[in-house]
Amino acid sequence: MTHMDAGWWSQIFNFTDYGQLVVLLHNSILAGAMLGLVGGLIGVFVMSRDMAFAVHGVSELSFAGASAGLLLGVGVVQGSIVGSLIAALLIGLLGSKARERNSITAVLMPFGLGLGILCLALYPGRSANKFGLLTGQIVAIDTPQIGALLVIAVIVVIGLAIVWRPLTFSSLDVDVASARGVPTRALSIVFMLLLGLAVAVSVQIVGALLVLSILVTPAAAALKVSSSPLVVPLLSVVFGMVSMVGGIMLALGGSVPISPYVTTISFLIYVVCRVIAGVRKRRSSHGRMPSAVPSGARFGAGAGAGAGAGAGAGATVAGAAAVHGAAGTGAGAGAASVGGAASVGGAAGVGGGSGGAAGDVGGRATGTSPIAATRQVAPEARSTSEGAS
Amino acid sequence: MSVPTDIPERAHPADGSAPELSAEGPAPQSSIGAPPKAASLESVLSLRDATLRLGDRTLWSGLDLDVHAGEFIAVLGANGSGKTSLLKVILGQHRLESGSVDFLGEPVARGNRRIGYIPQQKLADEGTPLRARDLVGLGLDGERWGVSWPSKRRNQRIDDLLDAVGAAPYSKVPISLLSGGEQQRLRVGQALAGDPRLLLCDEPLLSLDLPNQRAVSELIDRHRRERQLGVLFVTHDVNPVLDLVDRVLYLAGGRFRIGTPDQVLRSEVLSELYDSPVDVIRTRGRIVVVGTADAPHAHPDGPHSLHDEHHDPHHAAESHEGRAW
Repeated sequence: MTHMDAGWWSQIFNFTDYGQLVVLLHNSILAGAMLGLVGGLIGVFVMSRDMAFAVHGVSELSFAGASAGLLLGVGVVQGSIVGSLIAALLIGLLGSKARERNSITAVLMPFGLGLGILCLALYPGRSANKFGLLTGQIVAIDTPQIGALLVIAVIVVIGLAIVWRPLTFSSLDVDVASARGVPTRALSIVFMLLLGLAVAVSVQIVGALLVLSILVTPAAAALKVSSSPLVVPLLSVVFGMVSMVGGIMLALGGSVPISPYVTTISFLIYVVCRVIAGVRKRRSSHGRMPSAVPSGARFGAGAGAGAGAGAGAGATVAGAAAVHGAAGTGAGAGAASVGGAASVGGAAGVGGGSGGAAGDVGGRATGTSPIAATRQVAPEARSTSEGAS
Repeated sequence: MSVPTDIPERAHPADGSAPELSAEGPAPQSSIGAPPKAASLESVLSLRDATLRLGDRTLWSGLDLDVHAGEFIAVLGANGSGKTSLLKVILGQHRLESGSVDFLGEPVARGNRRIGYIPQQKLADEGTPLRARDLVGLGLDGERWGVSWPSKRRNQRIDDLLDAVGAAPYSKVPISLLSGGEQQRLRVGQALAGDPRLLLCDEPLLSLDLPNQRAVSELIDRHRRERQLGVLFVTHDVNPVLDLVDRVLYLAGGRFRIGTPDQVLRSEVLSELYDSPVDVIRTRGRIVVVGTADAPHAHPDGPHSLHDEHHDPHHAAESHEGRAW
């Protein structure tokens, strides 16, 4: 029993020769970070346009394309791009209404999966490669492929930056946007093409079955803790990068594919964000002014988020903890000052982890004057928030 | 019930004859065009002999309409009579079969920021990463490419607009948590952000409760007076805005009538327009239209009069024999 446990354990986590592995695989880590950025940004629109299911459909077609590319010798990356662009265009052109889109996606998805399985069955090569397309294979990707993926990722990020504001407008209300002259139809096609490219990159890295964990989960988590159009994409990118890079780093030594690490990390982030949202819902007024609590919680969230984005993984923990600390609106005076300090520390990227933890602890401490505490935290958090943005 | 209430009765034409109406056909210069007190003589929008055809169906033809600055015009008519299509023509999204439509003296084109558009309320879902102030902010610069960066000036303008529509207290609340009435206030603010001369409202009161219908229509009324905006207000129920309306445009069966509510909302006028007997009943300050051909699902228990509740948008607009205009 213990022998087996040890065997599993070393398969899942194995850090021998870690430094050398990191150097060897720095390309993969770079690609992972890039994918975190792409997934975090495009995920915001996947959520606001309610297209999670369509993403899944596109990824199955991308898988079919990749398998066909493998079989025909065209190349996996090329094949998956063609497959996902075709799927994205079909869904974009035929499914302008949500219900229609869902049925088209549901029709396309099994077809794509079947096509992919057929191509793989006919492919005479090793089966490890085949499995990789479904469940992720970043470590197996060679340098030219990584280069191609990076180029695609850069295209997606730049494309999104150009259409960001009008796309936000038309995602919110297509009629008003169109009344203002936003080319809503063209924008939705452009978005689908960018989404297709993003999916093609993700399929290479996390596999067709798990694309949602990088294109949807980070944004969904970010939306749980904020609604600011600035904070949500920042948080989402941080979550995506932490999942990807963290997953790759953990996976390096083991013999298990990276996807379980990535999906587990992004899932845990989502769970934490849900819990934070649940706690806040019970305690806060969602920023409405007339109530007794002057929305310190929301300002605090902004501060924490900006801090996390600036300082990377370590500070994210602090940011999240700071959110929690500030969200504790029923906290005492001590809580307020410590919580405020935590978010400031996070922004500077110094001692983020411990400061955040202190804020969290302070937030739970019972105090004497809750209103005084919130008054104290609000201006401090507000100034941090403005500084961060 | 039978207590004689002092209904604010509008003056009827003394001679009792049918009032002058700009009907279909080549009736030039809607002679009813005398703009009421709130409005000036300046015309912000003018349609001349306009005909709209979608597919092989003519929605309306020969439409002459001037919307003056500061004038509130309600657009009434059955489903499918071309009310919303009229707005789309003005927004440059539909092309006229014939005739012309000019806004501020220029032919209309797509995407004019001086035309504000207020749609019906629809609940934003939870996946929308926007707060109340961001919705208004999109009215300022949402059509521009790139990413919007917060600036002092932009924030100030948004704050001013939020104040103007009474939405400042929930400026930072996610829009998915706002009530229908709160959302509609924001949409008014969003429409005002482009510094418009004309407001196009497409059923903005739909699925709001009575106090919110009141609040939102008064908000629109206040700003059209203060800013001298022309307002075209598409609605299936004229009663919530009856006191505010200067003129009504009534579309039915490819034809139309334009005039003050007292001139148009009369049994003989609508009977002629519909080419079938229609009763317009005025009761307790409200107007109920009974017997329009487009209400096929007659309620057995007589006119479904005075239905104050239009909570369900899908049922409010259809299946009423007694149509409360």
